[in-house]
Amino acid sequence: MKTFNIDSPMHHKTKVFPSPFHSRQAEWNENKEWSRWYDYLSVPSYTDETMEYFAGRNTCGVFDITPMTKHLITGPDALPFMNRLVTRDVSKLKPGRVGYSVWCDDRGQVIDDGTIFHLQQGQYRLCSQEHQIDWLMINAHGFDVSIVEDTHDVAGLALQGPTSCAVLRKMNLPGIENLTPFGMASFDFEGTQLMISRTGFTGDLGYELWIDPDHAEVLWDRLFAAGELHGIRPMGSDALEMLRIEAGFIMAGADFAPALHTVRSKNTRSPFELGLDWLVDFKKPVFNGRQALLKEQQQGSRYALVKLDIEDNKAAEHSYVYDTRERNIGWVTSAMWSPSAKKNIALATVKRPHGKVDERMLVEIYYQRELAWSRKMAQAVVVEQPFWDPPRRRQTPPADW
Amino acid sequence: MKKYDAIVIGAGHNGIANGAFLAKAGLNVLMVEKNDWIGGATVSRNLHEDWIYSNCSYVCSLLRPEVYRALDLAKYGLQVVPYGGSVTISQNGDYYASYVDGDASRREMMRHSHRDADAEHRFERDIMRQCRFIRQFLLRTAPDPASFKPRDLMELLHIGRKFWDLGEETIYDTMRFYTMSIAEFLDEYFESDLIKASHAGSGIIGSAMGVMSPGTAYVLLHHAMGDVDGTAGAWGFARGGMGAIAKAMHLCFEDHGGTTVSGSGVEQILVKNGKVTGVALENGDEYEADIVVSNMTLPRTFLECMDPKDLRPEFLEKCRNFKIRGSSGKINVALEGVPQFTALKGNTEIMRSDMHLIDSIERLERAYDDWKDGIWSRDPYIDMLIPSLTDPTMAPPGKHFMSLFIQYVPPKVRGKDWTDEDRDAFRDTVFNQIEEYAPGFKNLVAHAEVRTPRELENEVGLTEGNIFQGELTMDQLLFNRPIPGYAQYRGPVKGLWMCGSSNHPGGGVMAAPGANAAREILMDLKKPNTVPEGWADD
Repeated sequence: MKTFNIDSPMHHKTKVFPSPFHSRQAEWNENKEWSRWYDYLSVPSYTDETMEYFAGRNTCGVFDITPMTKHLITGPDALPFMNRLVTRDVSKLKPGRVGYSVWCDDRGQVIDDGTIFHLQQGQYRLCSQEHQIDWLMINAHGFDVSIVEDTHDVAGLALQGPTSCAVLRKMNLPGIENLTPFGMASFDFEGTQLMISRTGFTGDLGYELWIDPDHAEVLWDRLFAAGELHGIRPMGSDALEMLRIEAGFIMAGADFAPALHTVRSKNTRSPFELGLDWLVDFKKPVFNGRQALLKEQQQGSRYALVKLDIEDNKAAEHSYVYDTRERNIGWVTSAMWSPSAKKNIALATVKRPHGKVDERMLVEIYYQRELAWSRKMAQAVVVEQPFWDPPRRRQTPPADW
Repeated sequence: MKKYDAIVIGAGHNGIANGAFLAKAGLNVLMVEKNDWIGGATVSRNLHEDWIYSNCSYVCSLLRPEVYRALDLAKYGLQVVPYGGSVTISQNGDYYASYVDGDASRREMMRHSHRDADAEHRFERDIMRQCRFIRQFLLRTAPDPASFKPRDLMELLHIGRKFWDLGEETIYDTMRFYTMSIAEFLDEYFESDLIKASHAGSGIIGSAMGVMSPGTAYVLLHHAMGDVDGTAGAWGFARGGMGAIAKAMHLCFEDHGGTTVSGSGVEQILVKNGKVTGVALENGDEYEADIVVSNMTLPRTFLECMDPKDLRPEFLEKCRNFKIRGSSGKINVALEGVPQFTALKGNTEIMRSDMHLIDSIERLERAYDDWKDGIWSRDPYIDMLIPSLTDPTMAPPGKHFMSLFIQYVPPKVRGKDWTDEDRDAFRDTVFNQIEEYAPGFKNLVAHAEVRTPRELENEVGLTEGNIFQGELTMDQLLFNRPIPGYAQYRGPVKGLWMCGSSNHPGGGVMAAPGANAAREILMDLKKPNTVPEGWADD
């Protein structure tokens, strides 16, 4: 049920609210550790982050995405509104389809990234990491649209991993196997509508399930019952973080600083500087940041975001990046040992003209063994493809495992 | 007669900081103070039983951390304890609170406006950009833009470079910031009247301008550019009241050989052959020094404590024109218990914070209308704190010290000097206002110290009762503070220096003018510098 309530001014006594799935999360949360994700309690790890990570790559893992910021945009001008807001061409996004995009300020600097759900003609849902209502309202002037933040009216679960389709099939959701990547469909479920999209933040076969908060617990129960023989288990945010780095997905606040929160203006990034060139559609005559981005395309960008394959096995967290002559050219933004790729991987920001595929770099890694610190200048190479990108991610209908 | 290396007039926090830096550099410094106690407007006094008041200034954020360290104030007993947030109570029985916890704050904003909760990010970002720009110049001497001296040219270049670093957007915004009203500025971000009102107070505190007057956006900045332990915009209590700051600085001063003579004010700054020779006190005592540093306000220094014949008429005219208008009053209250604000409905946690009784921009502007009319605001803006909820040293257990900063309060009542009856009526206006929000408040009052601009001028020495020693408006900032051509702490007579808040970077318990003046003095004397410069942020 809906747990978020700020009607009473004493809401501050509750610094954070339980998620609609809380009762079920609490049962599974053997570690008894909770973290805060905006308004809700979130689980960093239920039992062991590595085991949960492997559920996401080997069977399937369930992650509570209720706290993600959600907006509902409706009205005759919903499409032109969305099209001016984001960098990609939303008119190509048919009803029943989902698209990833970024949106920029006038300087072409990324405010946030997120997913656009084309729910039906004239109705979109925008999911984002940061709160956006102020920016969306600023953008709404002159458009016949209605915009509401409905974060707390929609509960969400991500079901990710190779057995996820098999689990959903067992839930008797007709035609679920025909859903293509970035497709979505609605199903009658326990007297309400269950919306399922073939989306996720893990770069693998996976789905996201959306439902009203009153049916959150029953969704969880039905899902776990269906998944019992398919290795289903809840997944915490630590495991999700590993999965998303392997997939090469960037995250606001980790790999880039959202423009509307950035005090030192040079620390913002354009889509080009985040490797998201493919999201910028200059064929659209007008969209936020277009002029600045066009200028940047002509004059060149300041930074590049690169995927690094680093020698050895010591995670390059918080590392500086150097060129082969040991001149500082940037820093690592996300890093880990990849258990699936069996590689030491990282996402890094480097100054242009650095950042070309196959370019060799050095990464300064500090690591601790039995309290003693050591430093290693590790060889690294820029790679083009995500570290993990299995064919099953796209296969339709998906296999059972 | 013993001759000192330097005499500092006025043991307010800037005077003491100045003296301490000079003494640290090895100078033999005498400090003269008119009151029997030290501290000026940075003072804690025991006026009633076991209560301690922060009689004037009451919260701490602007005190330069570099000064704190350089004068070793922790060693001399200073502790600054942060308090969390603020609350603005409206007449309709609701309130808007700002909490230390970011999520709780955001949700509280959402309770009033979903959109404002998000807009707050944009607001804070833009404020922080400006604060980071200004902060760099607080502990630096302002350049003289009309000078061709290499150091002035270098400093101008330095400011220009920092300005350019701000980036296109912020460069535009800077010019707007210094000229806009706080009301206009807040309209660019927020829609909730209550949220706007809660932010607007910082735009008028200490200034004789209304929320709709151009220039008040900067005043907000002046209140936001401080920090406690790196938490920007945070405010705290000096443990033991604001006097603890002056006391710690004074211990440092004495530890380095400084001497203080208190209880008699300066009758005249003595000048001979165009050079300062010392000071004559009201009690007839005279002290000699080649350097005299005045921590008094600009008008008090030059119009009251000097022979006009020693000064150029044009300079004197500018001193007379200096904008230093009283706009506020202070009431310090000893309470027998915690007042119960109806609207807070048991939210006792938020009472530790900064409390305001205001609803809207319009109500704030009406309060200013009364000031223009020459009377204190009938519906005043009150910045209200109960430091004893945080600091156990201020009142006996269960009893409380309440600090009330009130605006607007004119320096004269409809052109006439304040009378005791006026003062009592002013107190009643304020107490009645609080009583409306907290029934039973008046019954808790055990003692009250009421300070109108008359008391602030006569007791503390602040001309017209202006708490900043001069308005913080664009025409009186940076190289124009206090007056053009005299922004580098040097007075118009050889050996005469100025170190009070009338000088760059202005009022608030910053200790920056005192420190900057000391640095300049030591530079002229070719002594090793003991004064930190610049800032510690990136």
